[in-house]
Amino acid sequence: MANPPKSINDLLNGVTSLRDQVKENRDILLANLVMMGEIPAPTFGEEARIRFFLDRFTEAGLDRISTDEVGNAFGFIRGTEGEKTILVAAHTDTVFTTAIDHTVRVESARIFGPGVADNSLGCAVVVSVPQILEQLNIGLKHNVLLMGITRSLGRGDLAGLRFFLKNHQVPIHYGLFVEGAQLGRLSYSSMGMLRGEIHCNIPDEYDWTLFESSGAINILNEVITKMMAIPLPTKPKATITFGSVHAGNSYNTVPTSGTLHFEIRSEQAGKVGVLKNRIEEIADEVSSNTQAEVKLEVVARRRPGGIDFSHPLTKTAKRIQESLGVVPKIQPSVGELSALIDKQIPGITIGIAHASQLHSLKENITIEPIFSGVAQLVGILQAMDGGFCDE
Amino acid sequence: MSKKKTWLETNTFHYSEFWNLLHLIEEKEKQGLKISLCIPTLNEEKTIGKEIIIFKSELMKRYPLLDEIAVIDSGSTDKTLEIAASFGADTYLSADILPSEGFKPGKGENLWKAIHQLNGDIIVYVDADIKNIHPRFVYGLVAPLIYHKKIQYVKAFYDRPLAFSQGVRPSGGGRVTEILIRPLFATFYPDLTGIIQPLSGEYAVRREVLQDLPFPIGYGVETSHILDVYHKWGMKAFGQTDLDQRVHRNQTTIALGKMSFGILQSFFNRMQKYGAIEKLPELNQIYKHFQAQDQQYQLIEQEIKEEERPPMSTIPEYREKFGLDKKNS
Repeated sequence: MANPPKSINDLLNGVTSLRDQVKENRDILLANLVMMGEIPAPTFGEEARIRFFLDRFTEAGLDRISTDEVGNAFGFIRGTEGEKTILVAAHTDTVFTTAIDHTVRVESARIFGPGVADNSLGCAVVVSVPQILEQLNIGLKHNVLLMGITRSLGRGDLAGLRFFLKNHQVPIHYGLFVEGAQLGRLSYSSMGMLRGEIHCNIPDEYDWTLFESSGAINILNEVITKMMAIPLPTKPKATITFGSVHAGNSYNTVPTSGTLHFEIRSEQAGKVGVLKNRIEEIADEVSSNTQAEVKLEVVARRRPGGIDFSHPLTKTAKRIQESLGVVPKIQPSVGELSALIDKQIPGITIGIAHASQLHSLKENITIEPIFSGVAQLVGILQAMDGGFCDE
Repeated sequence: MSKKKTWLETNTFHYSEFWNLLHLIEEKEKQGLKISLCIPTLNEEKTIGKEIIIFKSELMKRYPLLDEIAVIDSGSTDKTLEIAASFGADTYLSADILPSEGFKPGKGENLWKAIHQLNGDIIVYVDADIKNIHPRFVYGLVAPLIYHKKIQYVKAFYDRPLAFSQGVRPSGGGRVTEILIRPLFATFYPDLTGIIQPLSGEYAVRREVLQDLPFPIGYGVETSHILDVYHKWGMKAFGQTDLDQRVHRNQTTIALGKMSFGILQSFFNRMQKYGAIEKLPELNQIYKHFQAQDQQYQLIEQEIKEEERPPMSTIPEYREKFGLDKKNS
């Protein structure tokens, strides 16, 4: 085993050589990425991908390889001292259904395929950790719990990770979440967030002559106009994003139902709830004006919180990124990190590579930065292990 | 029990039987075998990178089954070779191998030249246009050769269920196999109908057999191999492995017509060579088909000539490189 870095400076000086060593193990990472990316994993349909995690963990000879009631995958790397445990996890679900072609295409500088960046790359990195640590001759004092998380996105609403955090038997001391994109991402706090849907239904017995409505689109339009008129603070910032509208299917048939998807974000405690109440009032108001059924459904919710920017974990991660020539992009998370924050466990989310056309069929990753992204992960693990991330 | 049934039972495998790669590698090392992968290419930039990455990571680094991965190219005009080299494959232009023998364009030429260029005791050929590439495409074909000393030549076959609900699945080849090859084999070589996909481009062969086979350079290479191996080594020399699904480009019916035309030339020539047909008339080598536009029909003619390379063991440079003359003296 190579000697662990004695100081944080020692570690920072070594990260570029880590990158070179990671690059020598390129085949392992890229093959895992290709194979992972070709396994469809829509939210609630991650079984095949989880099976691949377990196979890889088995081949690496990990301990305690298992799944749980919600289908998460686990593999345990026992530390030499084993006093603390670091959770290294990636969400396994993607936004794509099984029906689309998941073929991954490899060019010399880029890899293409639906979901390759979000989050097949994150998954590929997690399953490659045992072999990379072995190839780099790195042994850690702390245990590492590798995890493939199910049911994270959209209506999954972090159910996989929440189940684990509620029921886990091994105390977790640090969390490190791995996202395929973008390299430089550093999330240490969680934003307040709410995802909601406004459902509009016009009853069959609706009297069209009485209320001058011409269908669900118009009604949703009224809702949107009123939502846009809600005053939003700029400091701390709050936003309402309209994500999609579904209504109707022709040129001249009046639609009797429609749905609006939106998301509220705010860094201020309590603000999301205030905005949600206002939107609920708007729905009621439009409903009584038009006699159509207009209802708000909350799909997902996150509380704001997290460690401070001055926390040694954040600072160390940032310095590791900078040592690799990566420009840190600090951004609050609305993903897995917020579930960890709810449990008061210090953690961060990092990105591995540069990606473009995210969430489209042309989604692609640039290969070269992957090695910096993985070196960053190994560096952060060593920093956690060496006690350089403790308060 | 008929002879064919016995062969089907004993020499047909499913790749999942060979899941224990550690054991396979132990056995390979015990026998002191070297294994080479040859990927013949012509403008395959879309799929080549992925094949190299997967085989290199899984069958060289993780499980050292392959001793070399080589791409042999007939002169691609796209980035096939650049991509293959960037992911660590050995890349060769077919024309640069055995320059004294010249160069003929065709896939069979690349396969033939691979015998000279590569060092393996077993050579496994895998086409470059497989979209759903997986390590099974190699270990599924190599394993029967490692575990069964009598088997010399292992062909791949694939499940191609178009649509079925229950019961018996139609297990068959592509259109050319079912419409041309199978009827020919059923007529002249009923034993060979046991080979489910005689035209599949994936197969693994021992060098001793490979070096004694002539190579048509075009469409007829797989068909004539099967007839030659059958005549010289018998049915017991064949194995076949079910590799489940293979996703690739679909060819047009016209392209399949040309292919069948080439295959027929090779087939008839073999029939004559083995005395099944006494006097073959001179075979026409111009393929003709029609193209219609409104009420006009246009005749399209194309020369399809099935040239053939002699067995590699007759080439002096090869005999020298692999020390064939020393062995015999």
